[in-house]
Amino acid sequence: MSTKAETGAPAGNARADAGFDLDAPWRLHPQVSVRPERFGALLYHFGTRRLSFLKSPALLTIVTSLESQPSARAACAGAGIRPADLPAYTRALATLAASQMICGRTAA
Amino acid sequence: MTVTAAPLVEEFRYGLDAPICLTWELTYACNLSCVHCLSSSGRRDPAELSTGECKRVIDELERMQVFYVNIGGGEPTVRPDFWELVDYATAHHVGVKFSTNGLRITPEVARKLAGSDYIDVQISLDGATAEVNDAVRGTGSFDMALRAMQNLADAGFAGFKISVVMTRQNVRQLDAFKAIADSFGAQLRITRLRPSGRGADVWDELHPTAGQQRELYDWLVARGENVLTGDSFFHLAGYGEGLPGLNMCGAGRVVCLIDPVGDVYACPFAIHDAFLAGNVRGTGGFAQVWRNSELFTDLRRPQSGGACTSCSAFDACQGGCMAAKFFTGLPLDGPDPECVRGFGEAALATADPAGAPRPAGDHSHRRSPASGPRASQPVPVSIGPRPADPGQAVPRSMPDRACDENPLAGFAPPAPR
Repeated sequence: MSTKAETGAPAGNARADAGFDLDAPWRLHPQVSVRPERFGALLYHFGTRRLSFLKSPALLTIVTSLESQPSARAACAGAGIRPADLPAYTRALATLAASQMICGRTAA
Repeated sequence: MTVTAAPLVEEFRYGLDAPICLTWELTYACNLSCVHCLSSSGRRDPAELSTGECKRVIDELERMQVFYVNIGGGEPTVRPDFWELVDYATAHHVGVKFSTNGLRITPEVARKLAGSDYIDVQISLDGATAEVNDAVRGTGSFDMALRAMQNLADAGFAGFKISVVMTRQNVRQLDAFKAIADSFGAQLRITRLRPSGRGADVWDELHPTAGQQRELYDWLVARGENVLTGDSFFHLAGYGEGLPGLNMCGAGRVVCLIDPVGDVYACPFAIHDAFLAGNVRGTGGFAQVWRNSELFTDLRRPQSGGACTSCSAFDACQGGCMAAKFFTGLPLDGPDPECVRGFGEAALATADPAGAPRPAGDHSHRRSPASGPRASQPVPVSIGPRPADPGQAVPRSMPDRACDENPLAGFAPPAPR
């Protein structure tokens, strides 16, 4: 989901992980700026002018390594995500994809 | 495990290393004299930051990774270096949203703006009709704003913002504002009227009634999809369901204000010494003020909710807006003057209006509009020493500069009646 807050709303899980392709290659959207914070990171999309949050340092590792990994699943594995935790991270990635913070690598 | 850790609001309450965004009033100069101007703008301050100083601030914001600045004023576009500074900011990865009354948004400027992803524009409009708007913003300001909107729309600038301060006179126009925004392919943004700047003088007459606040809240819940609020209505969260956005006061924690002379305040609505954290011209610049000033450090400590903590709505509203309390003379740990449970009204009834702090730094045009309480106040016209500032123990009889010394210095003729 995207936030309509100007300083930003914590992203919810409304979209769940519907349709997120964990095995596809992903990347951070080129217009997104990432600022690491102690809780994870802040993301700002200069195109949509939306703010999002990465609520854990592990999620930050995943998001910033998407580009160098063959798939989102590989990025999660590379960040040390255990299989039991994968659904939660998939939901988070789906939320980021829905708000265009990350995009398919071919779509750019 | 869950990816959602402790609520982010908790993280934000204790402050971030850099603001998410900040408001930067570039000038106090303005072609208008809106009765509720939060910065009492009108005349340029001679100590305004120079172009070079502004660029140094932008360099710092880039280093701190501040995503964007909300540029305002005054009317920021009257600064001769305005476009130069906008270009400098965007070239240095600091996005710009600027607020304007539309003065300089010509077809040519609109085309330039439409071409940049890093610039967003907010046109101020406080009435959906000229009658309601111009009563607050001045004659001709409605037409000027609409012309600017038309120019932006014609240039293909989709999604610019129409920024409305909600008042007793325009709450009933919410649907009409939405229709105006839709007709230009723009986005509606509504924010709360604060008793700040000249707003302190008109707040009693302009702030929405309790019934209108409910109307506003219900409208936002029902029709607020894609309507921005500047996260300014968090005091309405006391009605029940919180509104989307950050339901907390971000002052000095995630946002702040830099004023035209470089003073850093906790928020745009708190231009007063009590909320002044420092100046960007000081050693260490803006980062030093943001990270180490006494005031901001203090704001990032757990705050006392006072009597409000026993209220069932406190978790939702957090006691409301600091600036609104301050300028209406209410204690900072008491209820918001527009508390939805009515505690603010009760507190205002017993507060001493004369005891409310006055906003600092009045840059109003010397001839304010012929409406509003200000116009009816006596103006000192006698020649001689100027009246002592309120609260000043020693009357100011000394000349400011040597050249002020003249044969009439110290001579006070009786005031003509």
